[in-house]
Amino acid sequence: MSSAAITRPSIEPDLVLPSRGRVGMFTLIAAETAIFTIFVVAYIFYIGKSVSGPLPEDVLELPIFNTVCLLSSSLTIHLAVKALRNAKVGAFGLSWFVTIALGVTFLVGTGREWQRLIFEKGLTISTNLFGTTYYSLVGLHAFHVTVGLILLAIGMVFALLGKVKQEHSERAEIFSLYWHFVDTVWVIVFTVVYVIGR
Amino acid sequence: MASETIALNRVNQDTRPIGDRLHDWVVTVDHKKLGILYILYALVFLVIGGIEATIMRIQLIVPHNHFVSPEVFNRMFTMHGTTMIFFVTMPILFGFGTYLIPLMIGTRDMAFPRLNALSFWLTAFGGLLLYYSFIGGSGLYGAGNAPDVGWFAYAPLTARAFSPGHSTDFWTLGLLVSGFGSIGTAVNFITTILCMRCSGMTLGKMPLLAWMNLVMAGMVILAVSPLTAAQMMLSIDRYLGGHFFDAQAGGSAVLWMHFFWIFGHPEVYVLVIPAFAFISEIIPVFSRKPIFGYPVMVAATVCIGFVSMSVWAHHMFTVGMSSYGNSFFVITTMIVGIPTGIKIFNWIGTMWGGKIQFKAPMLFCIAFLFQFLIAGLTGIMLSAAPFNWQLTASYFVVAHFHYMIVGGILFAVFGAFYYWFPKMSGRMYSETLAQWHFWLFLTGFHLTFDFMHIPGILGMPRRIYTYEPGRGWEIWNLIVTIGVVFQIAGVLVFVFNLLKSLVKGESAGSDPWDAWTLEWSTTSPPPEYNFAKIPVVMSRRPLWDIKHPEDPDWKYE
Repeated sequence: MSSAAITRPSIEPDLVLPSRGRVGMFTLIAAETAIFTIFVVAYIFYIGKSVSGPLPEDVLELPIFNTVCLLSSSLTIHLAVKALRNAKVGAFGLSWFVTIALGVTFLVGTGREWQRLIFEKGLTISTNLFGTTYYSLVGLHAFHVTVGLILLAIGMVFALLGKVKQEHSERAEIFSLYWHFVDTVWVIVFTVVYVIGR
Repeated sequence: MASETIALNRVNQDTRPIGDRLHDWVVTVDHKKLGILYILYALVFLVIGGIEATIMRIQLIVPHNHFVSPEVFNRMFTMHGTTMIFFVTMPILFGFGTYLIPLMIGTRDMAFPRLNALSFWLTAFGGLLLYYSFIGGSGLYGAGNAPDVGWFAYAPLTARAFSPGHSTDFWTLGLLVSGFGSIGTAVNFITTILCMRCSGMTLGKMPLLAWMNLVMAGMVILAVSPLTAAQMMLSIDRYLGGHFFDAQAGGSAVLWMHFFWIFGHPEVYVLVIPAFAFISEIIPVFSRKPIFGYPVMVAATVCIGFVSMSVWAHHMFTVGMSSYGNSFFVITTMIVGIPTGIKIFNWIGTMWGGKIQFKAPMLFCIAFLFQFLIAGLTGIMLSAAPFNWQLTASYFVVAHFHYMIVGGILFAVFGAFYYWFPKMSGRMYSETLAQWHFWLFLTGFHLTFDFMHIPGILGMPRRIYTYEPGRGWEIWNLIVTIGVVFQIAGVLVFVFNLLKSLVKGESAGSDPWDAWTLEWSTTSPPPEYNFAKIPVVMSRRPLWDIKHPEDPDWKYE
């Protein structure tokens, strides 16, 4: 630094650049947001346009328990990251595990909802416009939850092997951005599908 | 130390068997190799797309021609459009960006080198998937066929009932896969530019090429993702019996148009902004002046980025939007002309009073300025809804956007080729051949695309496979096709020049143009680590500062 000061006019301090992981993840989230926006727009555009039943008001039930599970998983992953930042590896593992459990509960809940809709109500993706848009939007979200769960599970394996240390807290935090995003998308999906669309 | 390492690498590369060296290219995560792979891959598809265009032009040279059947003609214009946009222009621009951005911002690689490799191979396999439709389009039991739904694939033509077989599926999947590649590249560009700049390079000191690629990458994120979503919906319709674009079940064909053009129009700017980037780097060097109005250039680019996200429905004036919708898209489309005009004036301002050197890169840039201006003016004409009602889907539109893509973007890409070829290969190209390429291609371009406007005004619709004599279209179509011959000749000279210079060209040295950005401070071609010592910059023209310590730029910026 001192040698540089001779040649440099030293008018500004050295650049502080943002972390690659964060910027990369935020950019990816922006792209994902655009994809979800198109699906949400299609859903809203097609509300009430189905020419045959079953219709959302007849078959959809509010997935309150599911929603509570998924949204609380945002809190638990936040606690996990915070614990890791403070080098509390045990607390990290516990919160991380609870996050996985809540995510799995959500997916199972979605699966049961779909089972009911398909086998009891006779609604499939090809039944009508509602079916097409509903399964696409909720399915796209469930796919993102699944990807998140796979990544969470990989993190859990490392945690169980004792490989997760304090210095990995930034990685955990960057992943948690993705998980928070998936939860935020659910708030929108819930509002559009179960509140406005019903 | 550094020179020893370079020497060792050279020895290693020369003695290893060719299989090992090719293996290196397949598994590489080096941004320079990936950049060159992108460019070579795009050049292959440029030739394929060019052959498709030539087939169409031969078919249209005289009325009632029987060179190809109507079915083949439909496949040709679909494949030509899709190939040229997704598998030529995008990869070639991504290739230059991948190669140049880390060098220009003074770093050793992209932010995510493995993502970089993944993005390239996704794009590459997307193209192969599209072309596999020639073999597997009918599911291998028939002779096979390619997609024939046009490059924007309007519903309901893409429904199973009207596009049986798998050709449309290959189209969808090819674009879906390459779309993921594009998004990966855009994530990488943004992260690299924001997080990897060398010491002293604030955003305001970044080369304009990096700025414009940053804006381009942001637009890819916001524009290619909707296409990806729309392709997913189309796949759901075709494979799972969904009804997104199925009008009989209440779906809407117009929704596909909106989704496609929400991608399709920003895409034009995704392609042209990197072309602006080349122009903004080449014109100052060959005018021997710094760029005129750097902050305004940046502001205009960002402005184009924003405004171009809200102009898409000017492709849809004839589908029956409300008058408010039409007016909105007329106004936003015309507004894009303002920042674009600012750019043209800035480039002219850079040349004004400069010592202009008319070498090949500069010639292509000057031609770009004129042709881009005309393409912009016909764009303003088409943006007026009543005028658009008359001329939409005619050869006037075809001439307009080819003026933009060939006369603008392709000319800029050729300029960039000649400008950075010495850096990438370490050898100089032949200036004589480059001038031949320029004048041949310029003649061909103007013969083809100037005269293509006229049959459009006379009412010739696009995408017809033949036409009746006696409508006044014959002479124009004849001239248009003759222009193709000159363009092919120009491209052949270009390819010959590249190959010859690679083998026999003079050594270029690290800085043949006496240029000012960081890529010229390292050897040609650059070593794998780019810079032995990460540079420190104090102004927008770091090499000027080094060459002129008595009068450095940072005194004035």
